[in-house]
Amino acid sequence: MSTSRPSGPAGYLSLTDADRDAMLEAIGVESVDALFEQIPEGVRFGRALDVPDALPEAALVRHLEELAGRNADTASELSFLGMGIYDHYVPAIVDAFLSRGELLTAYTPYQPEMSQGILQAIFEYQTAICELTGMDVSNASGYDGATVAADACFIARAHTGRTRIVLAETLHPMARQVVKTYAPGFGMEVVEVAHDGGTTDPARFAEAADDAAIAIFQQPNAFGCLEPAPELAAAAAEGGALPVAHVDLASLGLLEAPGNYGCAMAIGEGQSIGNYQSYGGPHYGFLAARSEFIRRMPGRIVGETTDLEGERGFVLTLQTREQHIRREKATSNMTTNQTLLALGGLITLCWLGPEGLRELGETCAALAAYAKERVALPVAFDRPTFKEVAFRTPIPAREVVTRAREHGVHPGYPLGRDYPGLDDVLLVALTEKRTPADVDRLAEVLAEVTA
Amino acid sequence: MELIFEKSRPGRRAGRVPSYGLPVPELPAELARQRPPRLPEVPENEVVRHFTALADRNFGIDTGFYPLGSCTMKHNPRVNERAAALQGFRDLHPLQEDEGAQGALELMWELQQILVEVAGLPAVTLQPAAGSQGELTGLMLMRAAFADRGEQGRNVIVTADTAHGTNPASVTMAGFELAKVATTDRGNLDLDDLRAKVDDRTAGLMLTNPSTLGLFDEGIEEVARIFHERGALLYYDGANLNAVVGRSRPGDMGFDIVHYNLHKTFSQPHGGGGPGGGPVAVVGELEPFLPSPAVVRDGDVFRLDHDRPKSIGRVRGYAGPFGVFVRSYAFMRAYGPALTEMSETAVLNANYVLALLEDRYDLPYDRHCMHEFVLSARTLKREHGITALDVAKRLMDHGIHPPTIYFPLVVQEALMIEPTETETKERLDEFVAAMRSIADEAANDPETLKQAPLTRPVRRLDEVKAAKEPVVRYAFDEARESPDRIETG
Repeated sequence: MSTSRPSGPAGYLSLTDADRDAMLEAIGVESVDALFEQIPEGVRFGRALDVPDALPEAALVRHLEELAGRNADTASELSFLGMGIYDHYVPAIVDAFLSRGELLTAYTPYQPEMSQGILQAIFEYQTAICELTGMDVSNASGYDGATVAADACFIARAHTGRTRIVLAETLHPMARQVVKTYAPGFGMEVVEVAHDGGTTDPARFAEAADDAAIAIFQQPNAFGCLEPAPELAAAAAEGGALPVAHVDLASLGLLEAPGNYGCAMAIGEGQSIGNYQSYGGPHYGFLAARSEFIRRMPGRIVGETTDLEGERGFVLTLQTREQHIRREKATSNMTTNQTLLALGGLITLCWLGPEGLRELGETCAALAAYAKERVALPVAFDRPTFKEVAFRTPIPAREVVTRAREHGVHPGYPLGRDYPGLDDVLLVALTEKRTPADVDRLAEVLAEVTA
Repeated sequence: MELIFEKSRPGRRAGRVPSYGLPVPELPAELARQRPPRLPEVPENEVVRHFTALADRNFGIDTGFYPLGSCTMKHNPRVNERAAALQGFRDLHPLQEDEGAQGALELMWELQQILVEVAGLPAVTLQPAAGSQGELTGLMLMRAAFADRGEQGRNVIVTADTAHGTNPASVTMAGFELAKVATTDRGNLDLDDLRAKVDDRTAGLMLTNPSTLGLFDEGIEEVARIFHERGALLYYDGANLNAVVGRSRPGDMGFDIVHYNLHKTFSQPHGGGGPGGGPVAVVGELEPFLPSPAVVRDGDVFRLDHDRPKSIGRVRGYAGPFGVFVRSYAFMRAYGPALTEMSETAVLNANYVLALLEDRYDLPYDRHCMHEFVLSARTLKREHGITALDVAKRLMDHGIHPPTIYFPLVVQEALMIEPTETETKERLDEFVAAMRSIADEAANDPETLKQAPLTRPVRRLDEVKAAKEPVVRYAFDEARESPDRIETG
C-alpha cells in the first residue's frame, strides 16, 4: 500500500509495505480502507488532520527544551513555594527504578503471575502507608491529595448514612474545592469551619460535626500551623462524624500518626515523598483507614495469598468492591490510579528509613524556625509550625511575590489567592533542599521589597 | 522473595539528610510521634537489589507482547520520558506565577488544540486525572448544563450492556440513575430498545465507539438523533479512540462530550496501574461549565483562567497531571498528521490476528473489527473443559501477556485482544502461533493447560483465599523483629 501522507515516525510503527500486503491478503481485503467501511459514510473524516507537522526526535527535543526553558523552575529560581507541593529531594534510585521498563510499561496487575513485582511493591507501599498513618488498610493510591478527600466523603456517606461533610477552612483549598464539586453527586452538602487565629477551634468543629458524616482537618494545616489534631478528632467523633486527617507524609517522622489519635481515616498528597513537583502532577494521593472500612475502600488493594505450591504471592483483592465487577454498586469508578508515583514514594521511604524520615522532618522544622528568626516580618499566626511559616506583609503579598521574583527569589504563596482577608499573608515553605544561606537571602530580599 | 520489611535490620540505612547544624525546635508534646514508624532499615545496595528483583518479576510492554484488550498497550517512546524529566518541566512548582510558567502553559494550550482537532469538538479541559474521572466530569457537565436550562428532571443515563464497569460506576457517583440498552447480533446498539428507554427524564448516553467488542456502531447517526431529538446529550468514552484517530471524530459522530485516555491513545506509560490522563472535550454550549482553571491564550501570553462562574469547579488539584501532558504532547508532535496511520495500523494489526485465529476460537460477531476484537473460548470449554482463564495462563508460558478475559460480559469465556499499532508482523505471528498451539493443547493435553503457567516466578495464585482472609499489609511479626531472629527467606 502506498501513501501520500507526510511521513510519520517510522520507528513507532512497525510494518513494511510487504508486511502490509501480506496482511491484507490474509484478511482478504484490498486495502485498509475496506476495514474502515463499517464507519457510516456520514461520519467518516475526509481530510488530513490539521495538526503541526511531525518532528524527528532531535528536533522534538529541541522544541521541548525551548518550552521547558521558558519556565522558572525551582532549580533556576530560589523558591519557597509550597502549599501542598514541595521541592523535597528525590533520591537517585527513584529515577533509576521508575524508568525500569518492566515496571514503567506494565499495566494494572490483573494477571498476578505476570505482575508479582508490581503487586509486591504495592503491598509494601500499603504497609508503609499504614505504618506511617497508624491505619489498618491502604489502597494502592488515589489520584492526588484533593480527590482522596472526596473519596473519603463517599466512604462516609455509605458508612454513616448521613449527608453532611464538615471541612476545616484550613484544609487545602483545592481539596475543599474538589469535595464541593463531587458532593452534589453523592447527595451530600458541605459545611466549612472558619479558622480561629490560624487553627481550628475544637468546640466549633464539634458543633459543625454534630450529626455529620465526616469531618476533615489538615495537619499541618494550609497555613503551615499545627492543629490541635487529637482534640479535633475527638470533637468530630463526639457528634458521630468520622474524623479524618489530611496529612503530609514528610511530617510523619515527627508528628503523631492519625490512627493513634482517633481518626477513622488518614488521607493526603504523597508528592512530598518521592515525586517531583512537575507543575502539579502526576503525583499520588493516599487513603488509609481502620479495618472496618476495608470493604468500602475505593480503588485497587493488593492482598497476600499462596500459589498452587503453597508459596507466598500477591494478588489484587477484594475486587467485588470494584467497578469491573460491581458496576453501578461499586465503591468507586476508579481504574487507572497512580501506582508508579506511589512506587516512587515507597522507594523513597525505604531509602530514608525511620531515622531518615525523622531527620527530614527535623531539618525542615529547623529551617522554618531559622526563617522565623531571620525574616524581619511578623508571623501571621501565633501557632507552632512544621515546615511552612505564614508571615504578615506590610504590602499585599502578591506584590511581594512580584517584586521578590525580580531579585531571583520566589518568596512563597500569597494566601489571599484562596483566603479573602489574608491578602497580606505570605506562606513560606522550607524543605531540606534549602540552606540557611538561602534563608538569609530570602530575609534580605523580603526586607528590601517590603521596605 | 522477602519483603523489604523482612530485610530490615535496626541501625542500617541508605539515605542521609542534611542538618545544616541548626537547632531543632521542640514540637508540642501532645502532637509528637510516640513511636517511630517501622520503615525498612536497609542499605542502598540492598534497596537497589530489592527493586531490581521486583522489576525482574514483572512484565511490561518492554518485556514482550501485551495485547490486553481495551488498555491499548502500545510502545512508550523513551524520548517522552526524557521530555518529562527536563528541569523546566520536572522542577516547576504548580503555583508558580503564570508569567514564570509560560512554556508549560503553552504546551498545555497546544495540546488542547491537537485534542480539539482529533475530537472535532471546540473546547477542552485537561484537568481529569484518568478516563474514569473524565467520565465523572462529563456527567457533572451534563448535570450543570441541565440545571442551567432548568431541566433538573433529567436524571437517567443510558449505557450499553457492553460498557466498561466505569460507566455505571460513574453514573452512581454523579448521582444519576442507570438504564441499560441491549446490543444486537451485529454488535450495534439495539435501536428499538434504545427508543423505548429515551424520554424526557433522560440526561444522556455514555457510549464507547468502537464498542468494547471492537466494533464500530453502524447506527451511530440514528443513535445521536434519538438523544438529540429528546434534548439529551451524548458522552463518548474515549477508551477505544486508538481505532479512529484521523478516520472518524466523536464530534462528527454527534457526541457532545468526549474523554480521551492519554495513557492509551497517546502513549503515557501505564506505570503498573497509573498514572493516566483523562482530558474532556465538549461542544461550544458546554464550554462555560468546564472545570476551573482553564488554560487560555491572550495574544502571545498564556494563563490559567480561574474566573469561570458557571464552571462545575475543580475535579483535581492544580492544573492536571502535567507530566502526562508533556509525554502525550511529545508523542503527538512526533507523529504530526500521520496520527491517522497510527489508527490505520492498529486496525490492520487487529484484523490480521483475527483472520488467523477465527477458525480455532469462537468469533461471536462475525465482522471486520476495529483496533481490537473479542474471541470466545466457549467451544474449548464445552469440548475440553478449557476456559478463557486457562488460555490466558498458558500464554504466559509463551512469554506473552494474556489478553483481557471475561469482558465484555455479553460474551461467554471472552478473550479481548488488542495488538496495537507498534508490533511487528513477526510478533503478531508468534502470538497467533501460541494461540493456535494452545487450542491444539486443549484437545491433546488439557491437564498441562490447567496447570499453567509453569514458567513464571509463581504458580496460579489463590485469589479466593486472598479475599476471604484479607492480608493487606505486613504484620511485623514480633518474633521476626527480635534480634536473634532466624532467617526464613
